[in-house]
Amino acid sequence: MIRLDVRPVPSLRMSVLSPLIALAVTVAAGGVLFLALGKDPVRVLSMFLVEPFHGVRALTELGLKCTPLILCALGLGLCFRSNVWNIGAEGQFLMGAIAGGGLALWVTTASVALSPWAFFPLVVTAGAAGGAAWAAIVALLRDRFNANEILVSLMLVYVADLFLSWLVFGPWKDPRGFNFPQTVQFAAATEIPRFVRGMRLHWGFAFALVAAVLMWLFMFRTHRGIQLQIGGPAPAAARYAGFSSRSAVWTTLLVSGGLAGVAGAFEVAGPMGQLTPHVASGYGFTAIIVAFVGRLHPLGAVLASVVLSAFVIGGQLAQSRVGLPASVSGVFQGILLLALLGCDTLIHHRLRLVRWTWRTAP
Amino acid sequence: MTRSFVRKLALGAVVLGATLAACAKKEEAPPAPAAAPTAKAEPLKAAFVYVGPVGDSGWSFSHDLGRKNALAKFGDKVTTTFVEKVPEGPDAERVIRDLVAQGNKVVFATSFGFMDAMVKVAKDHPDVYFEHATGYKTADNLRVYEARFYEGAYLAGVVAGKMTKTNTLGFVASFPIPEVLRNINAYTLGAQSVNPKVKTRVVWINSWFDPPKETEAAQSLMNQGADVLLQNTDSTAVLQAAERNGKFGFGWDSDMSAFAPKAHLGSVALNWTVYYEKSFGEILEKRWKPEVTKWGVKEGMLDFVKPAAFLPEETKKAVEAAREGLKTGTVAVFKGPVVDNTGKEVLAKDAVADDTWKGAINFYVKGVEGKVPSSM
Repeated sequence: MIRLDVRPVPSLRMSVLSPLIALAVTVAAGGVLFLALGKDPVRVLSMFLVEPFHGVRALTELGLKCTPLILCALGLGLCFRSNVWNIGAEGQFLMGAIAGGGLALWVTTASVALSPWAFFPLVVTAGAAGGAAWAAIVALLRDRFNANEILVSLMLVYVADLFLSWLVFGPWKDPRGFNFPQTVQFAAATEIPRFVRGMRLHWGFAFALVAAVLMWLFMFRTHRGIQLQIGGPAPAAARYAGFSSRSAVWTTLLVSGGLAGVAGAFEVAGPMGQLTPHVASGYGFTAIIVAFVGRLHPLGAVLASVVLSAFVIGGQLAQSRVGLPASVSGVFQGILLLALLGCDTLIHHRLRLVRWTWRTAP
Repeated sequence: MTRSFVRKLALGAVVLGATLAACAKKEEAPPAPAAAPTAKAEPLKAAFVYVGPVGDSGWSFSHDLGRKNALAKFGDKVTTTFVEKVPEGPDAERVIRDLVAQGNKVVFATSFGFMDAMVKVAKDHPDVYFEHATGYKTADNLRVYEARFYEGAYLAGVVAGKMTKTNTLGFVASFPIPEVLRNINAYTLGAQSVNPKVKTRVVWINSWFDPPKETEAAQSLMNQGADVLLQNTDSTAVLQAAERNGKFGFGWDSDMSAFAPKAHLGSVALNWTVYYEKSFGEILEKRWKPEVTKWGVKEGMLDFVKPAAFLPEETKKAVEAAREGLKTGTVAVFKGPVVDNTGKEVLAKDAVADDTWKGAINFYVKGVEGKVPSSM
């Protein structure tokens, strides 16, 4: 049988090798799965591993899909490292989308003369404020009443979603939209500037990459960053060292809420160009997985976002090109995540093969 | 011991890998007959975008039946692909663009939320036909089609009005858009045409497909006394909840009789076949025009199918009469006087509602309880 032994020190070699092992496991398991379904495994696998990276349009689409995931996952990584369990990034994303979308809607209906580059910092600020304000409710309740932030942040997702529904079914509804629940299309001035003409990738992607670098500097190169990471898991030690665990709750929630909010604002002022009830597409929840797959590291979050986005896009490509059912690509994505998280066990543990023995009572 | 085990494991892996590779090769070996070059014209490549899973019942399933029928009817003149479970957000535009990039000459997108993505892609590809189900934006190469679903809801209402014992009907609704409000109102008006005492209670679930939520909503309606349920959602959950509680329900989108033999009173089934045949025919014969298609019972785009064998003769006759009336035009679902549930007359006596009136519905008719969520 196989036994897991704790390694005395985390293995550096395994921390590099584990994603590769995971990929091998995924490819092997996927190959068997696709073969069993009567598909050409090489062709199907290439839909997930090659096609999403093939060509300029594919790459820009991948970048577009990654952007909200990176932004949400960055903040969540900081929260989780500080032992603050914010699982409501989806709600903060939505409030950022509402704030950013509301601003864009105002610019549109009031015909404010503005260039897209002048609007860019405004929409980022609005999104950050919306998301941070929503997360501030969680921080306040946790700080004042010691309310469980897992429950509060999750429940606020549904409140945000219903608030958005109320807006687009009610006051913000397109007056000439035959009662359909969506706002007017925002004015061109509110569109996030794009990298390449004709492609949807916008400068929000660059913003996300810069945010990842800044987050890395903050986490590992500043006193405050280290403080947060100590204060979370060991409040007593932190108090002894003179760090406040209360301020850790506030800082991490405001930062992660703000980042998720910016992601939401980018989504509505970027590819959507309007608010609809379908703004919530699960980025805030997927980002929880991304954060862990990225080992709660800012640069890991970027890589994990790319991998997850490629698998989502690949799943859709595989449907129309090789007729793979959506549910099967869901299973394949699940295999990948399980393998990635499972193989990370090898960093702190070692597998040992031992002879099977019945354990006798002492 | 350990080392030899590892060696065996490695050997096993190699053998497995080799087998896999061999199988993969085998698959590629015979030349695919479809790819064989022919002298005939290129087949028309058509793609379908579905919001839900194709599954074995419901909205996307009904569209997929239409796709399969077109394949069977037009033979080697068309090829089709589809993408299911496409979210109604930015993903839709990527999926549609990719389908165009793959050389599809017509794209059918079958949910309202794909509308603006279709508009954007259609603008960039004037040589491709775009067809959108249940939207309102059109262009030179983008047209819209929908079913007069409320006619089916009206027929279900006639049966419900006859079968209810509590005079309380239940409706599990998705989003308060005009289409759904029309269905709630038509269900109620149909029931009132045979039983003026009928009231309808509505629960909104803000989703098109969410079986647990649909079940919950159905349960709460039954707890409030509703004994015949209809839904404007895409799963069989409401009908099955009625079956478990000994109440009645209907199939929606497609024939759902197999899911609840005791509760199933009939199904409001869509038949997109007629439309997809028309559309493919027009493209193949190069006479496709941008237009708006709204078809109902008369054109065969939807029907009340599989009425339960246990329905009383009188009920069967009533629904058959209403069905014939819709076909010949003697019955109109929205015909004045129509009064909303605050008592205001919304359609004058003997007036028949036009599409503008029906497109702007944002009220409940008399007999429906509560308030439309958006008018709060």
